[in-house]
Amino acid sequence: MKAPVSWIKEYVDLPAEVTTEALTDRLTALGLKLEAIEAAGAGITGPLVIGRVLTQEKEPQKNGKVINWCTVDVGDANGTGEPQGIICGAHNFGPGDKVVVILPGGVLPGNFQISARKTYGHVSAGMICSAAELGLPDDGTHGIIVVPEDGPEPGTDARAFLGFGEEVIEFEINPDRAYALSLRGIAREAALGFEGTTYRDPALRETPAANGEGYPVVVDDATGCPLFVARTVSGFDASAPTPEFMTKRLEQAGMRSISLAVDITNYVMLETGRPIHGYDRDKLQGTIRVRRATEGEQMVTLDGAKRTLSAEDLVVTDDSGIIGLGGVMGGETTEMSETTTNVLIEAAHWEPVSMFRTGKRHKISSEAGKRNERGVDPTICEAAADRVVELLVQHGGATADGGVTVVGTAPASPTITIDATLPARLSGIDVPAADTVAHLRAIGADVVEGSEGTIAVTAPAWRPDLNDPYDLVEEVVRIVGYDQVPSVLPRRATGRGLTRGQQLRRRVGRTLAGSGLVEVVSFPFVGDDAWEKLGLAEDDPRRVTVKLANPLSAEAPAYTTTVLHGLLEAAGRNLGRGATGVALFETQIVAKPSESGAAPIYGVDRRPTEDEMAALFAAVPTQWTELGVVLAGEYERGGWWGAGRTAGWEEALATVRRLADELGVEITVQSAAVMPWHPGRCAQVSAGDVTLGFAGELHPNVCKAYGLPARSAAVALDLDTLISLAPDRTPGPVFSTMPQAKEDVALLVDADVTVAAVEAALREGAGELLESVRLFDVYTSEQLGADKKSLAFALRFRAADRTLTAEETAAARDAAVARATELTGANQRT
Amino acid sequence: MSGPNSDYDPVEVTPLKAEEVEAARDAALAAIAAAADLEQLKTVRLDHVGDRSPLALANREIGALPPAARKEAGARVGQARGAVNKALGERQAVLETEHEARILVEEAVDVTLPVDRRPAGGRHPLTTGAELIADIFVAMGWEVAEGPVIEAEWLNFDALNLGPDHPARTMQDTFWTDPAENHLVLRTHTSPVQARTMLSRGVSEDAPIYVVCPGRVFRTDEYDATHSPMFHQVEGLAIDKGITMAHLKGTLDHFAGQMFGEGINTRFRPSYFPFTEPSAEVDLVCFVCRGTGLNDAGTDPCRTCRGEGWIEWGGCGMVNPRVLRACGIDADTYSGFAFGMGIERTLMFRHGLEDLRTLFEGDVRFTTAFGSEL
Ligand SMILES: [Zn+2]
Repeated sequence: MKAPVSWIKEYVDLPAEVTTEALTDRLTALGLKLEAIEAAGAGITGPLVIGRVLTQEKEPQKNGKVINWCTVDVGDANGTGEPQGIICGAHNFGPGDKVVVILPGGVLPGNFQISARKTYGHVSAGMICSAAELGLPDDGTHGIIVVPEDGPEPGTDARAFLGFGEEVIEFEINPDRAYALSLRGIAREAALGFEGTTYRDPALRETPAANGEGYPVVVDDATGCPLFVARTVSGFDASAPTPEFMTKRLEQAGMRSISLAVDITNYVMLETGRPIHGYDRDKLQGTIRVRRATEGEQMVTLDGAKRTLSAEDLVVTDDSGIIGLGGVMGGETTEMSETTTNVLIEAAHWEPVSMFRTGKRHKISSEAGKRNERGVDPTICEAAADRVVELLVQHGGATADGGVTVVGTAPASPTITIDATLPARLSGIDVPAADTVAHLRAIGADVVEGSEGTIAVTAPAWRPDLNDPYDLVEEVVRIVGYDQVPSVLPRRATGRGLTRGQQLRRRVGRTLAGSGLVEVVSFPFVGDDAWEKLGLAEDDPRRVTVKLANPLSAEAPAYTTTVLHGLLEAAGRNLGRGATGVALFETQIVAKPSESGAAPIYGVDRRPTEDEMAALFAAVPTQWTELGVVLAGEYERGGWWGAGRTAGWEEALATVRRLADELGVEITVQSAAVMPWHPGRCAQVSAGDVTLGFAGELHPNVCKAYGLPARSAAVALDLDTLISLAPDRTPGPVFSTMPQAKEDVALLVDADVTVAAVEAALREGAGELLESVRLFDVYTSEQLGADKKSLAFALRFRAADRTLTAEETAAARDAAVARATELTGANQRT
Repeated sequence: MSGPNSDYDPVEVTPLKAEEVEAARDAALAAIAAAADLEQLKTVRLDHVGDRSPLALANREIGALPPAARKEAGARVGQARGAVNKALGERQAVLETEHEARILVEEAVDVTLPVDRRPAGGRHPLTTGAELIADIFVAMGWEVAEGPVIEAEWLNFDALNLGPDHPARTMQDTFWTDPAENHLVLRTHTSPVQARTMLSRGVSEDAPIYVVCPGRVFRTDEYDATHSPMFHQVEGLAIDKGITMAHLKGTLDHFAGQMFGEGINTRFRPSYFPFTEPSAEVDLVCFVCRGTGLNDAGTDPCRTCRGEGWIEWGGCGMVNPRVLRACGIDADTYSGFAFGMGIERTLMFRHGLEDLRTLFEGDVRFTTAFGSEL
């Protein structure tokens, strides 16, 4: 909402020493937030005068452009009284027109210095100005400002005419303070902000009483339209210009001047906050009716759009059919035009929720709709209509008709009873009950003091937002001042700290960062493109997503089921920006659709029952945190110490193992073939019989699709499950300090026997004396044959209570080998 | 290095003459002093105190002397040998020290060689920022609550007094899941976590609610330097007996001071949020100009706060009793406050970030700059 300071001051006598800054500070503290103070003419200095174009010669140029060589009478402003020669490229003016001229020595916004200069074969001494060049809002023509004939004389300083020096305050108005979408409301707040100032309510005026002479109106839906006021005028001159003060104020408020009649209704809306609609009375046929539309009915609104209506929409009709979408937008058929001579003025009160729904349904956003849907003072319909009549008579030569139509009554404000100490109790400020009463009266409420410290408060008609006790508290506290709220820490918080899960999630992040991985955060939006890049089959369950009804991009219309897409893209982005290698991790919340259908909507007057809550929670899609890792390109740098190294499947698995060790979760791996991994280099990671995820080298096609080097590796794990398996506490280890006995064995096995199988067999066979077993070499050769490999294991034995004898160690080793032979066909090489 | 000394043929020696013993001692001491390194000293030791050295032979001869002469000869040889051994020990210590020092000198390296074999990792500032904020509240006895990002419409809106006709529910702001009749949204704020906390925990005299909810939220904003369809919020909720706006102010002042530095307080301005009443915008004293609104030179407006001395930080207020009612809390007995801030916005101020998008691009140069903790 933009409000010229002079307009505010028309209704409130602010002390002379109150600057615009002081005013906006006070209003901001009261809840009308300052957005900006605009001062027209800022950045303009020097001679800016009215001129009259005497001659205008059109001179075509080689480049096809036509320029105007003008002589302009600028009175004595140029010191000589001689006409000023000026080149101008615009064509929306001609000889005889009055224009705005800046003379040499002047400066325009942006420090644009004006001087006499040679151009197009003339000396151009100054500039004929457009609105944009003066930093003013453009009227849409992008042309030169043509000053009306009754404007100031040539040679006069143009500043007063242009409204320079006038400050306009732009406020951000919160939805609950719709009354401040008017000068009436803003001035009232200004009066509230400076004690002892006088406020004059522009909506407080004597209006003629309703009579039977008015235009016939019937309201069928008094809920949707509790009050409908109609007035008429005759003999209006549609060609009469809008007075200068009104055009200027409308422009300052951010509205364009359209025609006198429309300008007057807008002006009164800004003045009082009450939207007004004007009809060409000669186009009306018979009685005006207000009713709900029937489903599917159609009409053309005055923006030319054909609209199909819903049974919830409120419409204004006459004998011809629908003539307006009540409170939202008028219809085309009864629109005022340049031939209108008789006008019907509608000032009606509309039910806000209806207004909101209709505006939303038909995607109509208008100044009138904005006010009607937030709530307008219902008691000022007659005053506002009367004010419009007054202005039509004053500026359009119309005659006010005697008939006054008033159908219905303004709804009354509710009365709220509160304990007078409630504001003090809730704010923590010491507000005596008497002050509470005084402050509520100051905002215009009717306060009746009851028994036992209660007060019955009836909100003023312009405050439909005041319905609850806490609403009144806000009013009292904002007048006392939000800056008066003391700063006190609550003392009773008795929390138990972070949960185990929260602690472990941090630990996972630190472990990964500590091993050289960098965390990224990606958007979770995906589309088919992601699944193609990841190589997921058509029936892959990861393609079953939660879809968005209104995605930002049609290419990514779903919520992701995997961390990998965003992560691999981030890796590709880094490599594209010159990184030689990246090691990234991300924790992404992923989701799959719920099977239990639509989520219920309950009332809000009570807590849902346990069953209702269970149904609510069940309808929410299953969501969990997936941890992703990608290792692409250089993993260890080369340098003076030797060559660098790229990461592969083994680093991916090492990362998984490091994490599992950190969390104390025992995991097993087995080979798997799952996209987006290389089918021969992918491990399924499990804990017991729970699958946690996969790790390994990425499929070559996937590397290509994301712009990653060959052999890049990745991990995707269900982090929530992994963390849930972490033991609450680790039991302290027990170990022997007796000497260790070492035995190394080399076992020849078939090439397809896994190390894990051989190791498990060795462990099983070695018995209790085995302390550790570790593979330290894998050997293949032509001599062994392509279908064989030799695995070298280091076995370490130790007893709890004694030094092992050579015989004991050898027996344990032999037992281990024997078991390996039995289970895996291993042969010991000697 | 000296070779075996052929002048000393032990067979020819008549060892027990005093001058000969002294001569042998002096020769040994001179050789010890002359040994330049441990190797030479080893040879000297062999020559002068070894089994075949003059003093060793002399010692062996003592037993053959007449008893009257034994005592004197014994004392003479013993003293000589003692002096030589002492000198040997001392020289050994000196040479060992020199040797060790020389090795350390020889082993010196160029410590300016690069040692960046493995590049450093790092955690994302959105993660560590949320942790930093959580820790400030956990230190005050609050708990950290979490909830799903795809949320029931009722929890995201209705329960929070955002009725079906509230402007914030129009398609422009909210991502709805398809079909919209399923009443599921990508949560537009972390407030549904507050609703879930109240609904599932309730509140009692012994168990008041003090929770902070950091999390990821979504709005259908186009992606640019200051807007993102996905961003992060932290919200707080306190429900207890006798909670007032003063407690809200105290909590936010403490939070601001911890986050931005001692003395950085907050200011409340009246505002409107459906879930709170009274509601306030929270401004932060500009931590660059510390509220003066001027740059360092005092000549131009401060760039961070554009001369206002204050920075908009978030919203807050007393929990609307309508919210308490829908979430099963007796508004006559309990009152509460709630607040919410953008984590991105908070980090942009705290670390002077210019473009929101740097947080979501995944460029490692951005993340590693922050290390593992903020
Ligand atoms: Zn500042």
